[in-house]
Amino acid sequence: MSKIEIRGLKKSFGRKVVLDGLDLDVAERESLVVIGGSGTGKSVMLKCILGLLEPDAGSIKIDGREVVGLSSREREKLMQKFGMLFQGGALFDSIRIWENVAFGLIQGRGMDRKAAKEIALSKLRAVGLGPEVAELRPSELSGGMQKRVALARAIAAEPEIIFFDEPTTGLDPIMSDVINDLIVKCVREVGATAVSITHDMASARKIADRIAMLHRGRIIWQGPAAEIDSSGNPYVEQFVHGHAEGPIQMEVRTR
Amino acid sequence: MNFLAAVGAAFLGFLAAAGRIVLFTLAALAAMARPPWYPRQILRQMIDIGYYSLPVVGLTAIFTGMVLALQTYTGFSRFAAESAIPNVVVLSMTRELGPVIAGLMVAGRIGAAIAAEIGTMRVTDQIDALTTLSTNPYKYLVVPRLLSGTLMLPLLVLVANVIGVFGGFLVSTYKLDFNPATYIQRTADFLETMDVVAGLAKAAVFGFIVTLMGCFHGYTSRGGAQGVGAATTYAVVSGSILILLFDYILTEAFFSR
Ligand SMILES: Nc1ncnc2c1ncn2[C@@H]1O[C@H](COP(=O)(O)OP(=O)(O)OP(=O)(O)O)[C@@H](O)[C@H]1O
Ligand SMILES: [Mg+2]
Repeated sequence: MSKIEIRGLKKSFGRKVVLDGLDLDVAERESLVVIGGSGTGKSVMLKCILGLLEPDAGSIKIDGREVVGLSSREREKLMQKFGMLFQGGALFDSIRIWENVAFGLIQGRGMDRKAAKEIALSKLRAVGLGPEVAELRPSELSGGMQKRVALARAIAAEPEIIFFDEPTTGLDPIMSDVINDLIVKCVREVGATAVSITHDMASARKIADRIAMLHRGRIIWQGPAAEIDSSGNPYVEQFVHGHAEGPIQMEVRTR
Repeated sequence: MNFLAAVGAAFLGFLAAAGRIVLFTLAALAAMARPPWYPRQILRQMIDIGYYSLPVVGLTAIFTGMVLALQTYTGFSRFAAESAIPNVVVLSMTRELGPVIAGLMVAGRIGAAIAAEIGTMRVTDQIDALTTLSTNPYKYLVVPRLLSGTLMLPLLVLVANVIGVFGGFLVSTYKLDFNPATYIQRTADFLETMDVVAGLAKAAVFGFIVTLMGCFHGYTSRGGAQGVGAATTYAVVSGSILILLFDYILTEAFFSR
């Protein structure tokens, strides 16, 4: 049984169709990387799975259980299984860094503040941030540091399923590699199921067991990470090599 | 035909907005009924709404009381009824001006701040992040603000009443040559418990309205900085209008018999 099973997922905003009958399976303890052009709906897909956006049609099953249309109380309970790194970080700017990281532990699970702070500090260390950062506020950190704090927050409660929306964008190459290792560790050692979105092919190769490509609201190719260079799919090839010319027409308008 | 269509569209839009506000309110009340509650958040909001609004509300109240005494004097002296000044001041303050002025000041100060804060959290995905951290945003963000607004505005109004009456007292005794003891005596004689209680009940309703408008417009804002700016404006404007509307409804309910 797959951990996540998506069938016929559709989502439009007004007249703009973003997801158009998307099917996708993610196995337990697998690391799936989703690639695809900017604005193709990768973030929207994750938000639909989390119930942050209501799908127009389709089914999403987690551990075999339908989750579209759950009540808010059931949704709250289901969220205990999930961790999410938002593309923009989405740190709470009115509280300190360690409180951000410990938020799910304290508010979501009722852990006491002292024990939660210990865990928060160790997670911060794992993303390369020392205890001196813990007492600051999010606005006092650089963009890359904020991203790492957001990552620490996503994994703090050791969730079963973790979504990483562009975990390495905006990080220097060395720190990117530290984060890649951390994601791999979450999957291999802690046994989480991970879905990551990235534009960074080096990162994709490192963290993915399997890669899926989203284009025009559907998954147009998926396969083991090792086969990404021999996919035989012109869309995937164009994307992996980053050619401006090819079947994917970027919607660049000149006025 | 075009004109009718425009009127109809505006009316439907109004109904849709009213419906969304009602649904939002019901969801917030449902969230209020069940634990967890967040005492830290409630305390923070109470301090923000109650304590930090004191200077603004106090200043407006004292000038209101002073103006009230002066206007009553210039008007009432035409038919030699100056002695009614203490009654007019204390009744106007407790029944009407205390709650309305404090409500409007808090709509500007707190309604706007709530809409801006929650609106920013919306457009930067922080509200979604709350959900993924197993925290219900209604309970964590909306409920503490509604509770604090509803509880703190009556306290603010109580303070505003005292300060307003004191403003009237100052003008009457220093400028209009009232006897201080008589003034205080007449103020106390004419005031009934019902006047104060009705004023405080109004204040509680206004506190709920102001924080509700702030939360609603912030929560439903979209589209970046511009969207947050619009939410702030809507929160203040709709909060102020609803205060005046409900002021009439409540006055009708309490005092017209
Ligand atoms: N809340 C929303 N309201 C309206 N349109 C939206 C909303 N969220 C996303 N969209 C639209 O959906 C499309 C897909 O957005 P999404 O954020 O999923 O892209 P993405 O694949 O994550 O791109 P990127 O790689 O740049 O992050 C975009 O065209 C965007 O304009
Ligand atoms: Mg995205």
